[in-house]
Amino acid sequence: MSRIETVYYDLGRLDLLADKNTFIHRLDPRVKVVTTFLFIIYVISFSKYEITRLLPFFFFPALLIGLADLPFGFLLRKIALVSPFVLFIGIFNPLLDKEIIFHFGSLQVSGGWLSFISILLRFTLTLGAALILIATTGFPAICMALEKMGTPKIFTVQLLMLYRYLFVLIEESIRTIRAYTLRSFSRKKLRYEIFKQLLGNLLLRTLDRAQRIHMAMLSRAFTGEIKVARNFSFGTSELFYLAGGTVLLTAVRFIDISAIVGKLILEAG
Amino acid sequence: MSHHIVEAKNLEFSYPDDTHALHGISFRIRHGESVAIVGANGAGKSTLLLHLNGYLTPTSGQVRIGDFPLAKETLQEVRRTVGMVFQDPDDQLFMSTVYDDVAFGPLNLGLPMDEVHGRVLKALETVGVLELKDRPSHRLSSGQKRRVAIATVLSMSPDILVMDEPSSGLDPRARRQLIELLKSFQHSKIIATHDLDMVLDICERTIIINAGKIEADGPTAEIFQNEKLLNDCQEKFSFAKKSAEKSSINI
Repeated sequence: MSRIETVYYDLGRLDLLADKNTFIHRLDPRVKVVTTFLFIIYVISFSKYEITRLLPFFFFPALLIGLADLPFGFLLRKIALVSPFVLFIGIFNPLLDKEIIFHFGSLQVSGGWLSFISILLRFTLTLGAALILIATTGFPAICMALEKMGTPKIFTVQLLMLYRYLFVLIEESIRTIRAYTLRSFSRKKLRYEIFKQLLGNLLLRTLDRAQRIHMAMLSRAFTGEIKVARNFSFGTSELFYLAGGTVLLTAVRFIDISAIVGKLILEAG
Repeated sequence: MSHHIVEAKNLEFSYPDDTHALHGISFRIRHGESVAIVGANGAGKSTLLLHLNGYLTPTSGQVRIGDFPLAKETLQEVRRTVGMVFQDPDDQLFMSTVYDDVAFGPLNLGLPMDEVHGRVLKALETVGVLELKDRPSHRLSSGQKRRVAIATVLSMSPDILVMDEPSSGLDPRARRQLIELLKSFQHSKIIATHDLDMVLDICERTIIINAGKIEADGPTAEIFQNEKLLNDCQEKFSFAKKSAEKSSINI
């Protein structure tokens, strides 16, 4: 299976997860979007050397994964897949910032290492939160929620269409690459000239399809504005989730829980 | 309701690249009639269908839907009356979930929310896929996509259904179910297809198009027995002929 096919099945899997029927899945998408947004803001709002204060935030994704019955390993693999990019963002920090910030026994820890680890933690937290949001809500519902909360329609509709035709486009690419592979025998790599042609071909087909889609829209009385009927319900469980989430997140953001726990342990000892 | 007629008068059409696609096409389809439009690839079937809901404007000639001619002012009304089901359901299902897709037409018609909701559920129920309503469109099988595509049109309560190759790409069972579904509709139906077996099942009348002209227009059973005509129009009719003989014996 080619790499693109793996991506295709992974996307499909995220989609399937959103079909589950747990307390978290049933919540109004808007509430989930807002709490996720708050979570991300809080996580990135700490100073660049912060590590200990970030750790308590792992409690939230863990709780959600448990409540929403999500496959932990799958999400972890998704995060690991993107992690090289982040590793490269932070990899030079230990070399550039050599100022010793604190001593861990005889080990001297420089600011560079701290900020590097901090970047990794933030990355894991924020990407994890986004993945959990998609896996519990589904991409279309997130877009609708964004629209209900005032995101310009042109934006959300573009996202919805993008998501819908991403699958069609990937399927088409998979077929093209398969056809190429089956007739290219020993030559493993896609040659540049051939790649150019495949890509051009795909573009032409996409344009054709766009025209057919427009035709289909027109024949259903489309006049230039895409309308979506979607009623969300904001009930007591939403209120409970939103209030609880906000209070807990804010508490973790502004109270140094790690320090308190550490102190308790020291006192007990 | 005798006014749900579809009438084409001397349709001529050339594409911008000077391909002359239609040469003086004329026919009249009455209310409740099921008509097959048959012809080889490139004969002009799809071009003709696109004239029926005003997507293409004839170079000369006229299309009348119901009591009025197809013109800019009547376009929206015509598009509501004529439900068009395209060949590739992936083109037709452009919204992200089945529900949104079926609701697209009624919402554009400016119907109130309650009415839209009712229509969506009814359309999905008619084609037998109500349980798929919250599914993303890209996760349906071909047969399901085809049914949803039909529902997207039914929700606008059209009087005339126009379909391009509705049975292509379906497995025998899904195809059979589709035929039964189409048979149960009371609408006037215009179906462009190569599936002659289906034509025998659904359409009492057949129009054969060859190189942009109407080659024959008459009762299906009669046309399918005219071997010379069929060979001239380059369709592979051997299978259909057999079924036609079979069906004429039954009659």
